[in-house]
Amino acid sequence: MNTAIGTIDWIPVAPFIALSVLGFLIMIIGLFFPRIYRETLGTITLVGLAVTFFLILQNWGEPRYAFANTIVGDKFSTVFNGLFVVGAALTILLSLNSQENRYLLYADYFTVIVFATAGMVLMSAGTHLLTIFLGLETLSIALYVLAGFRRENAFSLESAFKYFLLGAFASGFLLYGIALIYGATGSADIQEVTRWIQQNSLTGSLMLPIGFLLLFVGLGFKLAIFPFHMWAPDVYQGAPTPISAFMATGSKAAAFAALLRVALSTQSYTAIAWEQVLWVIAVATMTIGNIIALRQDNIKRMLAYSSIAHAGYILIGFIANNELGHSGMLFYLLSYTFMNIGAFGVISYLSTAEHEFVTLGDVRGLAYRRPFAAIAMAVFMFSLAGIPPTAGFISKFYIFSAAVKAGYVWLVILGVINSMISLYYYLGVVVQMFMSAVEEKAPATATQQPAVALALVVSMFAVLGLGIFPSRWLAVFMEMARSFI
Amino acid sequence: MQEILFFVLAAVAVLSALGMLLNKNPVYSVLLLIVTLFSIAGLYVLLNASFIAAVHLIVYAGAIMVLFLFVIMLLDIRADVEHINLKRLSRILALLATFIFLGETFLIIWMSLKGKAAFVGLGEGILGDVPSVGELLFTKYLLPFEIASVLLLVAIVGAIILAKRKLRPEPPAA
Repeated sequence: MNTAIGTIDWIPVAPFIALSVLGFLIMIIGLFFPRIYRETLGTITLVGLAVTFFLILQNWGEPRYAFANTIVGDKFSTVFNGLFVVGAALTILLSLNSQENRYLLYADYFTVIVFATAGMVLMSAGTHLLTIFLGLETLSIALYVLAGFRRENAFSLESAFKYFLLGAFASGFLLYGIALIYGATGSADIQEVTRWIQQNSLTGSLMLPIGFLLLFVGLGFKLAIFPFHMWAPDVYQGAPTPISAFMATGSKAAAFAALLRVALSTQSYTAIAWEQVLWVIAVATMTIGNIIALRQDNIKRMLAYSSIAHAGYILIGFIANNELGHSGMLFYLLSYTFMNIGAFGVISYLSTAEHEFVTLGDVRGLAYRRPFAAIAMAVFMFSLAGIPPTAGFISKFYIFSAAVKAGYVWLVILGVINSMISLYYYLGVVVQMFMSAVEEKAPATATQQPAVALALVVSMFAVLGLGIFPSRWLAVFMEMARSFI
Repeated sequence: MQEILFFVLAAVAVLSALGMLLNKNPVYSVLLLIVTLFSIAGLYVLLNASFIAAVHLIVYAGAIMVLFLFVIMLLDIRADVEHINLKRLSRILALLATFIFLGETFLIIWMSLKGKAAFVGLGEGILGDVPSVGELLFTKYLLPFEIASVLLLVAIVGAIILAKRKLRPEPPAA
C-alpha cells in the first residue's frame, strides 16, 4: 500500500481554513478573556472575515481542484463565497446592538456565526456531494444553535426546536439522494457523475432521477420553497433578528449555490421533465409567500413570507437556465443580501431589550421620531418591492428578461403579478412610517448604535449602487456563468 | 468452519432479537438487543468487513444502547408495563412494513436461486477492512474527513451553549 499524497493546492481550501481558524480564535479569546468588550471581539471577527475575503478573491480564475477533486476554487465559488462573507460581516455588525442583545454571550455567538459561514463556503466550493453535505450540516447545526440563542425567550426556543426537527429530516432526504446518486453512478464526485450521465443517460437508471429529486428536496428545505416553506415564518420570528437576516440571505444563497453547481455541472434538472415541476414550484412559492405576507402584522414574519416569495423569483432564473438567468440569480442573491439584511437591520437598530420593534404599530410615525431609520427602511422596502432605481428592480428585471428569452412568458407574467401584490405590504410599512402620527404611548427606541448604523449605511449604498450601476457586477456574474459552459 | 460460525451467529442473532421483542422487562430487552448487535457484528467480520463490524459495535452496541439504557432507567419504566396499545393505523402500517420486508427477502432468495444475483463476500482488501477504509479516509476523502471534525466541534460547542446555565455574560470591566 503505497499512496502518494502529492503536493496540495491550498488556495481552494484557504477560505474554509481561515474561517475555521477564526472560529477557534474567537472561542479561545472568549475563554481567556471573558470580560472582553463585545466591540473588540466584533472587530477581531470582522478583520478575520476581511482576511478570508482576500483569500477568497485569490480563487478567481480557472478552476483549481484540490484534495482529490473534493473542493474547487473557481469563479463560481469566488462569487458565492464573497457573498457569504459579506453577509456574515453585516450580520455581525447588526449583532452589535448595545441595547437589545444584552443577554448574548458574544464570544460563543460570533464563533457559531463564523463556523456557519465556513459551512456555506464548503457548499459553494464543494465538487463532491460529500463535501456539500458536510458543509450543509455544519451550517445547519450552527443555525439551530443561533436560532435558539435568546434562551430566555420562548419563541426563540420554539424556533430552534422546530428548525432542528425539520432540518434533521431534510438532511436525511439530502443524504438519501446522495446515496442513490452514488448507487447509480458509482461515485459522488460531481464530475464523475456528469461523466456517467454523458456516457449513459439520466433516465437509464431509475435510481438517478429519484436521487436528484431527493437532493432537491433536501436543498429545497433550506431554500424554504413551496412545499418546504412552513418552518420559515416561525423560525425567523423567534430567532434573534440578525440571525433571521443571516438565515434568509446566507443560508438561502448557500443552498442555491449547491443546487446551481449540481445542476450546471450535470444538467440534471433540465434534461427530463423537471421544468414543469419547477415551474409549478416557483409559481406556488411566489404566490403563497406574497399572499400570506399581506396579512402579517409582525414585520419579521412578513419578511419571512417575503423571503419565501423571493426564493420563488430566484427559481425563475434557475428555470430559465441560460447565462442571463444564472447571472441574474447571482445578482438577485447579492441584492437580496443587502436589502434583506438592511430591513432586518432597521428592526435591530430600533429594538431595545425591553421592546422588540417588530409590529406595524411600532413603526407608526417613525419618520418623525427617527428619520434616518425610516428612510433606510423605506429604501429597503422599495428595493424588496422592486421599484427603480434600487437593486431589487434590476435583479427582477434580469431574471424576468432571462425567462422571456427562454420562452417562459407566462411564468414572467405570473411573476410580475406577484411583484405587484407584494407592493401592497412593502409600501404598507412605508405608509405607516411616513403618513401616520406617532402614538402617544410609543415605546422608546434604542439610541447610539454606531455598528448597526454602519451596516445600514453600507447596505443602503449597496442597494442604490447596484440599482444604478448594475452593469459592472452583471459582467462579473456573466463571466462566472460562462465559465461553466 | 466459516459456515458453522455463520449459522451459530445467525441463530444467536435471530433468537436474541425474538427474545428482545417478547421480553416484558425493557432492561432485558435492551441487553438482548446488544447480543443481537454483537452477533451481527460477527457476521460482518465473516464478510471481511471488519471496519463496519467495529463501527457497528462502537456506535450501536456502545453508544446508542447506553443511551437507551439511560433513558429507560431515568424514566423508571417498571417490568409490568402493559402491552403497548397500538392504534389501528399503526397496526396496519406495521403489518405492511413486515410484508414488504418479507417480500424483499424472498425476492433476494429467489433471485439467487435462479442465479440472477449471487452472494459475494467482500474479498480481502476490497472494501470493508480497516486498512482500505483508512487509506481512503487519508487520501481521497481527506478533506471530508477533516471537515467532519469541524462539524463535530460545532455540534459540541452548540450543545454546550444551549445547555449552559449562565445566561448573561460577566459585566465588562469598567
